[in-house]
Amino acid sequence: MGAKHFGARVKRLEDPALLSGRGRFVDDVKLPGTLHACFVRSPYAHARLKAIDAKPALALPGVHGVFAADDLPGPMRREPMAMLTPNPSIAAPRTQHVLARDEICYVGQTVAVVVADSRYIAEDAAAAVAVDYETLEAVGDCRDAIAESSPRTHSDLASNVAATFRLTYGDVDAVFASAAHVFEEEIWQHRGGGMAIETRAVLASHDPVSDMLTVWSATQTPHIGRRMLADLLGRELEAIRMIAPDVGGGFGPKAIFYPEEAVIPGLALKLGRPVKWIEDRREHFLCATQERDQYWDVAIAVDAEAKILGVRGRLLHDSGAFLPWGIIMPYIAAATVPGPYVVPAYQIDTIVALTNKVPTTPVRGAGRPQAVFAMERLLDRVAGELQLDRAEVRRRNFIKPEQMPYEVGLVFRDGKPLIYDSGDYPAGQDAALAQADYDGFRERQRAALEQGRFIGIGIGNYVEGTGLGPFEGVTVRVLPSGKVAVATGATSQGQGTRTTLAQIVAEHVGCRIDDIVMTVGDTAAIAQGVGAFASRQAVNAGSSALLAGQAVRGQLIALAARVLGVDPGDVDLEDGNAIAATGNKPMISFGELARLAQGIPGVSLPEGQAAGLEHTAYYTPSQAAYCSGTHVAEVEVDAMTGGVQILRYTVAHDSGRVINPLIVDGQVQGGVAHGIGNALLEWMQYDDNGQPLTTSFADYLLPMATDVPTCAITHVETVNPLNPLGAKGAGEGGAIPGPAAIIAAIEDALSPFGVHFAETPLTPERIVAALRAAGAYERLFAA
Amino acid sequence: MAKQPTRVIVNGKAHARIVESRLTLADFLRHELGLTGTHLGCEHGVCGACTVLVDGRTARSCLMFAVQAHGCEVTTVEGLTPDGALSPLQQAFMDNHGLQCGFCTPGILVTLTELLRENPHPTEQDVREALTGNLCRCTGYAGIVKAALDAAQRMRETREP
Repeated sequence: MGAKHFGARVKRLEDPALLSGRGRFVDDVKLPGTLHACFVRSPYAHARLKAIDAKPALALPGVHGVFAADDLPGPMRREPMAMLTPNPSIAAPRTQHVLARDEICYVGQTVAVVVADSRYIAEDAAAAVAVDYETLEAVGDCRDAIAESSPRTHSDLASNVAATFRLTYGDVDAVFASAAHVFEEEIWQHRGGGMAIETRAVLASHDPVSDMLTVWSATQTPHIGRRMLADLLGRELEAIRMIAPDVGGGFGPKAIFYPEEAVIPGLALKLGRPVKWIEDRREHFLCATQERDQYWDVAIAVDAEAKILGVRGRLLHDSGAFLPWGIIMPYIAAATVPGPYVVPAYQIDTIVALTNKVPTTPVRGAGRPQAVFAMERLLDRVAGELQLDRAEVRRRNFIKPEQMPYEVGLVFRDGKPLIYDSGDYPAGQDAALAQADYDGFRERQRAALEQGRFIGIGIGNYVEGTGLGPFEGVTVRVLPSGKVAVATGATSQGQGTRTTLAQIVAEHVGCRIDDIVMTVGDTAAIAQGVGAFASRQAVNAGSSALLAGQAVRGQLIALAARVLGVDPGDVDLEDGNAIAATGNKPMISFGELARLAQGIPGVSLPEGQAAGLEHTAYYTPSQAAYCSGTHVAEVEVDAMTGGVQILRYTVAHDSGRVINPLIVDGQVQGGVAHGIGNALLEWMQYDDNGQPLTTSFADYLLPMATDVPTCAITHVETVNPLNPLGAKGAGEGGAIPGPAAIIAAIEDALSPFGVHFAETPLTPERIVAALRAAGAYERLFAA
Repeated sequence: MAKQPTRVIVNGKAHARIVESRLTLADFLRHELGLTGTHLGCEHGVCGACTVLVDGRTARSCLMFAVQAHGCEVTTVEGLTPDGALSPLQQAFMDNHGLQCGFCTPGILVTLTELLRENPHPTEQDVREALTGNLCRCTGYAGIVKAALDAAQRMRETREP
């Protein structure tokens, strides 16, 4: 089999339509007779809903109705939404109702919904709905929330502690008691939102003839969404079709099933007309899930040679008011700290606190950036205290490639022991350092300092559990036209899923990439599906594409051999034809074979012949696929303004066998931009009462083209032995070690002043405050 | 709601409609004319996804009413696209992986169309500064910048053979 597709920089099949304005996002889908919805949302972080007066809204021309919880069809009228990832550690498994019934626990929570002829009228009417609230005391800061005296996030709960759990192995107390050195750090980290440029969006339409309810949603997980919706409506799964058409970015928050995704279909059923809701950006700031504050108190014990003996500490995680995805981010965070290092003893106690804020769920990286930041800050501290080079400290502690597979001693979020399948961490760091000219940096720094410029360098290493189960499926079917239909439950929000899967199928089936007809993100196309999160689709759907492609290849060869009268071993598949290698090399097209595979009505198929040329594979991974990497950031800090410019950014990335370097490089570069946002800019702020303070792109800053340099990216390929592709995930890694590398670089740049940073985002104000506290300005002005 | 007659030339074609005064130009293009290539990402003038050309200059169609475009010529991403083909700028985006989800892309293509018209020899810094009015969450901008510089070169080569 030639390598013409797999591993090549194949240009994306998605691009021509998206470049010419022919993409089809949810709001581009127009159905006749569509009504438009706008939600009435709570202005209070904690309140009791007393009464709703819809009369002023109903009086407006063009308004079709105002609906509260009791007006909704099906079980969702009374039942809260299900928790997708339960965990026995959760003491308060709170999830929300699709429309509030009594108590409201965060600003923006859905209270009622207005349906009107246009979005403009619906927004007018939503503002005219009068809601009587009894305000309750709220808690906005997770550190306050865990105090006995704190107001309760939910008034009936005895405590705001939603869950506690300990991850541990080894004799932590013993190693800390006898270590040559112990260093402690207090760390604050904030992640912000996913902030896809397309907001959330839902359109629903019920066809009374077929009784089919069709829902278009800007979601990462249409199959999961259909399941949730079926439960909330009390409707058969087969009577719901959920479609994720073109989706304008996901980054985690669109993996969640939201109240609006249940209410809009419910209204379409109730009203007998299509209903559409397009979230605005302010709603996205209020109601799309975020990842938010984590406070870490961590300590590292090392011997006299800087070898790690143990890590221990406490992690406090702000979960917001509900737990739609359980506690997976703090769990992943607590399991990711050891990373690429040998850590003989380990213990992290995690407290998950409820607060009166929108729930937190995974955002690109999902707990891993925080864990990596904690570990890398500790190692930088060790290097500083022992006066060793930062790269050298890491080198002394790396897990060596000959130790693979390496069992860390914890259980990962997939429920399986945390066992790194493969990887060469020292080679990854060496590659990144060479590319970054790390050895020449101290000379660059000295020269810059002579000119009064402050430049610094920082390193971030990580290991990331990707490719999580339970499964993803791919159907491959040869059509009578000669084209090859591919359907998958995997979805695309920009990752190039169509192209990647088409490459794999084309390679194994022996057709042209252009002859593949791909359906992604449509529950009607394949029975089972999971969707996009945890950098899982190349591993899961990619492996299924390989398995289904190989099965159909076998069917094509068997049928062609019989028809052409040759040995199966003498049949080649190329560009949509089966060609015999013997005789006068007769051939037959895939289209003709597909027709033959349908058989003749009433006539038995030959022995061994399957019906049609078709196979569905559901690859089920035995455990996570552990990718890894090293980032090196070189920055310049303006000591007067606190402004940070990233001069150079280098990535060495191991995502196993690379299917399409064009796409993987794009994923890494995009992830780095997200990491830069986390390190320097993005901060979703609330006051002490849980009122959001940053609800526009003027207040909450995303990285711009002038903030993100073009990275130098090196691929270090260690083949994953556990899946047939040898692949590991690539979607999130770019976002994970950025804050660690960037904050370390800022600290290094300002080392003449001895300032220390252990927080993200590190804004200019905070840099200036630290310099002022260190007496830097007296020295600078005296100089 | 007050309505006003509005005549706009969009992508070379004249349209006359009576629209609500408060209808944004973006919603007019998307929902009255069916030109859904123009996208709305923030509706408060920061993300730039809705950028179109109004009389040849970039404008935020979310911050403009349709009636304000009365008598103007508007160009959207559909108008930048040759029949059945891609423009040199669009082709450069495909070749250099200048897009991922594609949602911000139409606004970025419009912004760069203005830049390359006014400055056929942009530096990387020129491109980056021109792009500060457009947010992209997927790409980290590298492919976009590369595509813009590549397109500038291709367009120079066609102009100056």
